[in-house]
Amino acid sequence: MKKTKNVLLVGVGGQGIILASKILSQGLINAGYDVKMSEVHGMAQRGGSVTTQVRFGEDVHSPIIGIGQADIIVAFEKMEAYRWLKYLKPDGIAVVNDYAIPSAPTLSGNVPYPESILDDIAAVVKNLTVVKAADLAVELGNIKAQNIVLLGALLKAMAIDDINWEDVLVENIKEKFVPLNKKALAEGMKHV
Amino acid sequence: MKQLMTGNEAIARGCYEAGVTLTAAYPGTPSTEILENMAQYKDDIYSEWSPNEKVAMEVAIGGSIAGARSLAAMKHVGVNVAADPIFTYAYTGVNGGFVFVSADDPGLHSSQNEQDNRYYGKAAKLPVIEPSNSQEAKDFTKEAFEISEKFDVPVMLRVTTRICHSKTPVETAERKEVGIKPYEKNISKFVATPANGRIMHVLLEKKLKELEKFSNETHLNRIEWNDKKIGIVTAGVAYQYAKEVFGEKASYLKIGLSYPMPMDKIKSFAKEVDTLYVIEELEPFMEEQMKAHGIECIGKEKISNIGELSPHVLEEALLGTTPEVLELDENKAVGRPPTMCAGCPHRGFFYELSRKKNIMVTGDIGCYTLGSAEPLNAMDTCICMGASISAGHGAQMAFNKNGVDKKVVGVIGDSTFFHSGITGLLDIVYNKGNAVTVILDNRITGMTGHQQNPGTGYTLMGEKAPIIDIEKMVRACGVEDVQTINPLTLKESKDAIDKALATDEPSVIITKWPCVLKEFTQEDYEEFDLTKSICQVDEEKCTTCKVCGKVGCPAISFGEKAQIDPTMCVGCEVCLQVCPFKAIEKVGE
Repeated sequence: MKKTKNVLLVGVGGQGIILASKILSQGLINAGYDVKMSEVHGMAQRGGSVTTQVRFGEDVHSPIIGIGQADIIVAFEKMEAYRWLKYLKPDGIAVVNDYAIPSAPTLSGNVPYPESILDDIAAVVKNLTVVKAADLAVELGNIKAQNIVLLGALLKAMAIDDINWEDVLVENIKEKFVPLNKKALAEGMKHV
Repeated sequence: MKQLMTGNEAIARGCYEAGVTLTAAYPGTPSTEILENMAQYKDDIYSEWSPNEKVAMEVAIGGSIAGARSLAAMKHVGVNVAADPIFTYAYTGVNGGFVFVSADDPGLHSSQNEQDNRYYGKAAKLPVIEPSNSQEAKDFTKEAFEISEKFDVPVMLRVTTRICHSKTPVETAERKEVGIKPYEKNISKFVATPANGRIMHVLLEKKLKELEKFSNETHLNRIEWNDKKIGIVTAGVAYQYAKEVFGEKASYLKIGLSYPMPMDKIKSFAKEVDTLYVIEELEPFMEEQMKAHGIECIGKEKISNIGELSPHVLEEALLGTTPEVLELDENKAVGRPPTMCAGCPHRGFFYELSRKKNIMVTGDIGCYTLGSAEPLNAMDTCICMGASISAGHGAQMAFNKNGVDKKVVGVIGDSTFFHSGITGLLDIVYNKGNAVTVILDNRITGMTGHQQNPGTGYTLMGEKAPIIDIEKMVRACGVEDVQTINPLTLKESKDAIDKALATDEPSVIITKWPCVLKEFTQEDYEEFDLTKSICQVDEEKCTTCKVCGKVGCPAISFGEKAQIDPTMCVGCEVCLQVCPFKAIEKVGE
């Protein structure tokens, strides 16, 4: 892969974005790519938005992705998807979790949560995949596995699902959660 | 095999490989993980959380004078706190190699300003080293110790958020034991009296001349020749952005040692290229020096000194191209500002404070700065660590002197009180002030991600430690009116505030309850009732009056009725206490 690929993961603190990015980066390194990953997590535990950026290819320089440069955005929360769309290439892929987490202004009732945001995304993104990752994870037994469902969708969408991801899962996840997460990964791959 | 490491992990690894035996820090984003990662090397390296950055810097200076390779780490504003010793340590020079990390935060991801600390290197007359990825963060840390010992100077390793928090591949090496250098008493070197200082200054200027020569020769400042139409002088993460944008269409002079600058090398580089750009984040630190040397270059006239750089910022500034983006309506995504967590022990106290009229609340740096946010709005100022108490005292004295009837309440956290609140409190007592001081003791350093401090009973390396009792300390400062309360009980908070506001003496309220995100210790379980339970809305009784929304809890939202998210609620009962219709009840106890 000559050209560097840009992956942007966005969501809210506590959704497991950092772990998903870690697994993604580790697998890409194992597969021989040059990888750079950047995260902003200062306020992650206090309800703020969280983003991580993973860039991979033959020779990667910048750890961060410029506006209009992401090949794919994986949004763990749908309003966050829209917030970060300006980073997506006009022909880029968006994988969006059909899941809403209210923010402080919407909780207070001052501003409504934009319920129709998925339609707004669909209106501008040609290559959109909506995944009910939270529901799928609940069906598998634990909502916390939604991050791995979305990771599965990402790997399929980027056509990098041929790397041995299960080994990377085992390295990064507590033993008792490995079977659940293996299922979550496979489930995510099915939905693209 | 290469491992992915953050810059912070890599700096810690660099210390290990360099044979360092002492490190110290006060936590601060984006520097915190450097010392957190030192804990894994505790068999070889003594590491500590110090109460503040000045102490950390002095602890490391002491280690260096004793002969050990030593490092201190802090965020950019921490260097302001620690600046006093470093200016003089540049004069005396070192024994064991000495390096301090300044982790700057362009873009203010988690800071109160975006100062460019390279100027400290110039002002204090010491070398500044800037890595541009994690491999360099590790390798340059080792180089920094070599330079420190070779030239007998302290060295600043200057990193930025994107270096600290980006993971890039690193090739590790074995630790090289360097042992401790012999310590010999040397009054003329290490006692900075005016008489000695005059001689030291002359010596330091000589060292700087040698360092300038070194700067022209070292591989830390290297040229990459490509197309010569454009030449770029750049440092730190900006080098990566420049490479991203210009690739092989430009030649680069990559600066790793940015003070003193390699002026001869830059001059000869400049001669070879048609147009010379200086690409640096924040201030024109290199550009100003180059222009003072008569080198024609383009820098801040095109590239802003405000905020972070990125590939697209450079493209727009230097190539005049704007990236093609989707057509979006920026107003569609509602903001997501950070808030106090559900169950945060600060919430109840700030709620009561927000109801007081005619007070000024001077704030401080920590999670509780979020008390300034909607809907509580319970804070008037936030300047720096410690200023809640001392600036609060100043404001109170100004009001008193000028006949303004207003009471000042300073709010500060436990770790921040140890950091620089104690001296302010002494000042109130000594100068007979009457401002109220509130110490929000959540039993941990919260905002930076739960580091130990003198009040928690544990050290950085995981050992048990004496617990410094805040109430005893406050009394030792001479305060007689001290109330220690449970901030989750609103009546207790309200009564304490009323009592403190009514007195004309210095008074202190200590709110004591552990942070809801903290990994509770045995001591916490013994001292506090931490039984898990949650609050629930009785929809029959709820009138959707939204009074519970005024506490600003992220677990509470409103549909037909008030709703409490059971996955977020920890049963702190603050909403239960404000509900006028007793429509919130405790379940699951």
